[in-house]
Amino acid sequence: MTDIERPEIERLPYDVVVVGAGGSGLRAAIEARLAGKKTAIISKSLFGKAHTVMAEGGCAAAMGNMNPNDNWMVHFRDTMRGGKFLNNPRMAELHAKEAPDRVYELEAWGAVFDRTPEGKISQRNFGGHEYPRLAHVGDRTGLEMIRTLQQKVVAMQQEDAVSHGDPEAMIKVYAETTVTRLIKDGDGKIAGAFGYIRESGQFVVFEAPAVILATGGIGKTFKVTSNSWEYTGDGHALALLAGARLLNMEFVQFHPTHMVWPISVRGLLVTESVRGDGGILKNSEGKRYMFNYVPDVFRAQYAETEEEADRWYTDPDHNRRPPELLPRDEVARANNAEVKAGRGSPHGGVFLDIASRRTPEEILKRLPSMYHQFKELADVDITKEPMEVGPAQHYVMGGVEVDPDTAESCVPGLFAAGEVSGGMHGSNRLGGNSLSDLLVFGRRAGLGAAEYIGRLGPKLPVPDEGEIAAAQAEALAPLERPSGENPYTVHAEVQDTMSSLVGIIRTEDEIKAALAELDKLGERAAAVSAAGGSAYNPGWHLALDMRNIMLMARCVAEAALERQESRGGHTRDDYPGMRPDWRKINIICGLDGDTITLTRQPTPAMRDDLIALFDRNELKKYLSEEEMAALPPEAALPPEAAPPPEAALPPEAATDALPTEATAPAAAATEETH
Amino acid sequence: MAYKAALRVWRGDHGQGELADYTVEVNEGEVVLDVLHRLQATQAGDLAIRWNCKAGKCGSCSMEINGRPRLACMTRMSTFTEEEVLTITPLRTFPVIRDLVTDVSFNYAKAREIPSFTPDPSIGLGEFRMQQVDVERSQEFRKCIECYLCQNTCHVIRDHPENEDQFAGPRFLMRIAELEMHPADTADRREIAQDDFGLGYCNITKCCTEVCPEGIKITDNALIPLKERVVGRKYDPLVWLGSKISRRPRGADTPRVPDKQS
Repeated sequence: MTDIERPEIERLPYDVVVVGAGGSGLRAAIEARLAGKKTAIISKSLFGKAHTVMAEGGCAAAMGNMNPNDNWMVHFRDTMRGGKFLNNPRMAELHAKEAPDRVYELEAWGAVFDRTPEGKISQRNFGGHEYPRLAHVGDRTGLEMIRTLQQKVVAMQQEDAVSHGDPEAMIKVYAETTVTRLIKDGDGKIAGAFGYIRESGQFVVFEAPAVILATGGIGKTFKVTSNSWEYTGDGHALALLAGARLLNMEFVQFHPTHMVWPISVRGLLVTESVRGDGGILKNSEGKRYMFNYVPDVFRAQYAETEEEADRWYTDPDHNRRPPELLPRDEVARANNAEVKAGRGSPHGGVFLDIASRRTPEEILKRLPSMYHQFKELADVDITKEPMEVGPAQHYVMGGVEVDPDTAESCVPGLFAAGEVSGGMHGSNRLGGNSLSDLLVFGRRAGLGAAEYIGRLGPKLPVPDEGEIAAAQAEALAPLERPSGENPYTVHAEVQDTMSSLVGIIRTEDEIKAALAELDKLGERAAAVSAAGGSAYNPGWHLALDMRNIMLMARCVAEAALERQESRGGHTRDDYPGMRPDWRKINIICGLDGDTITLTRQPTPAMRDDLIALFDRNELKKYLSEEEMAALPPEAALPPEAAPPPEAALPPEAATDALPTEATAPAAAATEETH
Repeated sequence: MAYKAALRVWRGDHGQGELADYTVEVNEGEVVLDVLHRLQATQAGDLAIRWNCKAGKCGSCSMEINGRPRLACMTRMSTFTEEEVLTITPLRTFPVIRDLVTDVSFNYAKAREIPSFTPDPSIGLGEFRMQQVDVERSQEFRKCIECYLCQNTCHVIRDHPENEDQFAGPRFLMRIAELEMHPADTADRREIAQDDFGLGYCNITKCCTEVCPEGIKITDNALIPLKERVVGRKYDPLVWLGSKISRRPRGADTPRVPDKQS
């Protein structure tokens, strides 16, 4: 029981409420405020600390500063390939077209990117990107982005101080504030959001006709993760509870390189830039093994010998890419397979070697944070010795189903952008496409929300008082429960269950075992209690987050059981290989009472002009025979939509057979996982 | 490998509290934040700690460990002997909210007073051209993770809260230096650096540099060059002559300090 006196629930009227203050949340809020909307930014942490700061490598945008052959069509193709053609093509198109302007905008707001000799924004190589494409600042690009957006918000507040006499008149940040429920009106339209202010425990209702979810991912559902404590799937769960639908939650990205030792930093990210800048993966036998793991769909684009791979760094136009730069799902499975085959490093990882490849000066200049991180936390000097790395949960491709152009969900007034939204990345996200996603769709969500309010007219939705009372009772329950289990214990068990049974390699038996375990854990999670009061009480906060963590664990497990194939961030040992029929299906999670429902929904069709950007021989690897037969004749396509010459596949690709189970991408890894 | 460490952790709120004694297990390779998390998960569920990335990138878990301002996530337990008692207290310069969490709003208020990046408005999207050597000075300062350890350490406010109005602290003087050295910024913040943000209070004892977890040379590369620029402006005979004969009012090139509330 708590004896704290509870003041009235505070009511705060806004036009737009943005839940989340990372890259997409801030970009959405900036756009909403530019559209003249009074905007609140709800930040679970302090302003400027969001998980976006963890992004290291860069922001993908086809500016063509390093290679003039790059353009939005090449970026679009790379994104679709990376996502194994399950991406929403319209989202991938908008993303590829708009990313350059979003990066230039950051520069105009004060971001200081690394430069080319001509003084333009420098771009670096990354997995799955055909050309150097990632705008970057050393290996701390996410920090640069969050600081720039933060400072842009401040700049707008300074303008408002002049024009309105109050810096917070039009845009205000509610730091260390958590939303626990979305509130609707009697008609099912969004009418606001209920939450608490961490410092005081004060309950608040943000009364607003439009809510933008920008809460990031679900990493804390897993044990070994690069995600921070905030990543408890809040936005995913809020959307589900408000009646929205989640798309393809089975696709979870396990990034291939994280620190594996010391144990306490297991899961700490080692940026892909190490590989982009020349780093290679080796096993305990000293063998550069990635050449063994190039799947057929990518065979044409990747080098077959070490010599060719090494020439590529200086002569990319005449050599193919090193296989270390395959998309993340491929590299993660390869690393996993090497360890399982007994060729791992002493602490259960593999070796990532930059020391023998680049000079200490180059390493310090291009990878300062990595140097710092290994030196301080593991006593390893990466300019002299290799790093020990292994896969960890990093990102979720699945998320709220939204309209590509406006970011609106199926609930009127509810929008989602960034990691919490689904569709953009298909079954696997390319490195560097996250920061650009945040900017492109953050902006579109801000615009979408502003336009929605315009359409709504003067009659605003009124929050349902019953929903507010229920939200308050739900939030107080863990404090008022006289006895109950420690939320930290239950959380740790959920993470163990998900990491060991629904992790990087999955089987039907294990997923079913996980679901049975989650049934029991769900009951325990619903009965946890928190000692102490409501002011800055982490035990209480975790008790409240448990609802979301449990929902996300269930969604991932159920969707993973449903999809009987291996694709991108979903590898089924019992169903190896991609199946063209499954490419046509999105798995949708909904909520019926307390039960998660699954629906199979056809994937959106790709427009003919986008289809035309791909070579037929490549499409054959992803599309079913019926789909291939239904394609428009090639001659009918407008000439400007034809693939540019640099995309033409080498001749051997033309003789590739249709993918079979044995040649499909997961096969190489799964053979060795028993 | 594992051993039991003795911890004395500040517990309390709103100016009242005391050091509480705990014994917590420590495993090989752990940092102070791991041990605080174990304490939280097993003995003190409501222990307030502010943290986020646990990777030295967000600057949330600033606290004082045996009196030294540090990030808990980057302080390895092997820094201390197994027998050593660790005394862990909140940042001293800022008011305590609860336990190890302090109210750092002072810093956000100062951030909002500094005139923002002001590029030439005629430069279109994507048209900035800057050389790497020219952006590197600003880039060093933009490595700042805003942990506020420098703010907490600087004696100008740590020992003299009465200076808070006139002194922005090393982090925000460095922000001014960053903008001053940005090749595409057009505003001149030298006058207000001295008059409004208290650059003159800094007597370059380098305490800020010493505690910076990012290794930024705050004093040498930001504060001293900024002092030189301010002096250069003040005693530059051309500037002096200009201020006498020009019809422009004094300081027309100096943006006013926005949002100065108090």
